[in-house]
Amino acid sequence: MMTQALVRRIFFSLLALIMAAPLLVVLGVSINSKKSLTFPPQGFNMGWYLDLFRMPDWSGALLNSTIIALFSASFAVAIAFPLAWFNWRYRLGWVKAILAIGLIPFLLPPVITAMGFLSFWTQTGLYGQYWTVVVSHGIFLVSLPLVALALGFGSLDDSLSEAAATMGANNRTILRTVILPLVRPYVISGFAFAFVVSLNEYLVAYMTVGPVLETLPMKIFNSLRYGYTPVMASASIFFVVVTVVVFSLVARLGDLPRLLGAHTK
Amino acid sequence: MSIAKPRSMVGYLPLAVPAALLILFFVVPFGSMILVSFYKNAGGGLTEAMLTLENYRRLISPFFVGLLIASFGLALAVAAISILIAFPFSYLLVNAPRSTQVFWLIFLLSVLSLSESIIGFAWSTLLSRTAGISNLLVFAGLLDKPASYAPGLGALVSGVVYTAFPYAVLVLYPILSRVDPHIEEAARTLGTSPLRTFFIVVLPMQRNTIITTFLMIMVFTLGTYLMPQILGRPQHWTLSVVISDQALMQSNIPFAAALAVFLVIATMLIVATVVLFGRKARA
Repeated sequence: MMTQALVRRIFFSLLALIMAAPLLVVLGVSINSKKSLTFPPQGFNMGWYLDLFRMPDWSGALLNSTIIALFSASFAVAIAFPLAWFNWRYRLGWVKAILAIGLIPFLLPPVITAMGFLSFWTQTGLYGQYWTVVVSHGIFLVSLPLVALALGFGSLDDSLSEAAATMGANNRTILRTVILPLVRPYVISGFAFAFVVSLNEYLVAYMTVGPVLETLPMKIFNSLRYGYTPVMASASIFFVVVTVVVFSLVARLGDLPRLLGAHTK
Repeated sequence: MSIAKPRSMVGYLPLAVPAALLILFFVVPFGSMILVSFYKNAGGGLTEAMLTLENYRRLISPFFVGLLIASFGLALAVAAISILIAFPFSYLLVNAPRSTQVFWLIFLLSVLSLSESIIGFAWSTLLSRTAGISNLLVFAGLLDKPASYAPGLGALVSGVVYTAFPYAVLVLYPILSRVDPHIEEAARTLGTSPLRTFFIVVLPMQRNTIITTFLMIMVFTLGTYLMPQILGRPQHWTLSVVISDQALMQSNIPFAAALAVFLVIATMLIVATVVLFGRKARA
């Protein structure tokens, strides 16, 4: 299959170039020494990266995004783990219906979930509370750890916990000593996926706490509307790096092709 | 396992607590959205709990028809272009060395997760007059002076394809990885060229996969929200943009909810078709 390898090399290189192009241009303008939007960059200046942490409005947005992502990913995993465990442990048919509810928010266009939360929080009078975005993101993203954990539990060998049960271990002991160490990579991947998506999510956050809190994606979009500043570029590149690093760690930790549902030949 | 059911009510807690949270924070909000879509708008983001069909009546208007054309036109175009690139790409990816696969999966997952505001900003910069590719074309002598390509329909389609392509690959990749390699090998042994094998063996075999992926990219594209605002002009605004605009800028939550209910129904119809084709593929 000499020809296929050659076709692949050409096609993939070309595509890699096109896919990288917009990000490379942003990288270029992020190190521009002048404040204007020019490419190729004139001079070299890392100051815009420092500004991301130095300027209170940018560092505040970055902090908001990080806190929201940490809490909502934790909330998503806290909902997904017991659900996935229960489904694996007892295999009751109707539990699948509850799993399905967890998967719907991520399959529908996000504006629907966002709209649902907007009307819910306004009807309950809670609209504008900071914590509502954590709950909204957690529910919106619960499908990510749910899918990862379903795969993780599915990969367990039943005889392991059967052996533990025969030796007198109860549910809790089996969970702690046998199951948890084995599914840990899937818990971490599920958390990582939810964390990264929450960090980058715009719409649900905007429609729940938009008027009272600014996340980094909101800050970038708002700056885009009201004039260019190079910090937009450095913030974007910072997020690209964080996103790539997190997924690289997930790939190193576990079998990424398998986690994405591939059948490894 | 030896026990088919939890022994006591306490044993159901790991199910009951997450289920209650999902119902309280997804099913109830979803229901409240449907309810609000029948409410009367009282202005200033307030609603009046008086049932009316007024919000749905507003859907029968030239404005709404234009909105549908913009939303579904974009979704169709993006789905067509994305699958045209993503199918051959995914086919080559599943047969690539493992390290190549992992590299691309990390890259595509990253692009897919990146905020729309970042990708929109990146594309608007790439297509801008001062920092865009036109400068490169001028440098190469292909263009007299730099030009701006955004906002515009071309810019919008390019930007959305950029986000939809990784999604399409991540849908196709697991399916294509399950294809029995022996079928292609058989065709190759019989002397069929690789290109012919792709067109007369692989493509027809994956017809349903292509249809379902196409529809799923459409649903994905219907969700795009910032791209039409950054890379498009107001006439390119999609349902997602108009829904949030009505809810937050025009403070008309009931009308926004009615539009959202319409979007849910449209999405469900597409998903139902996907399920139907998926069943056929398995049968």
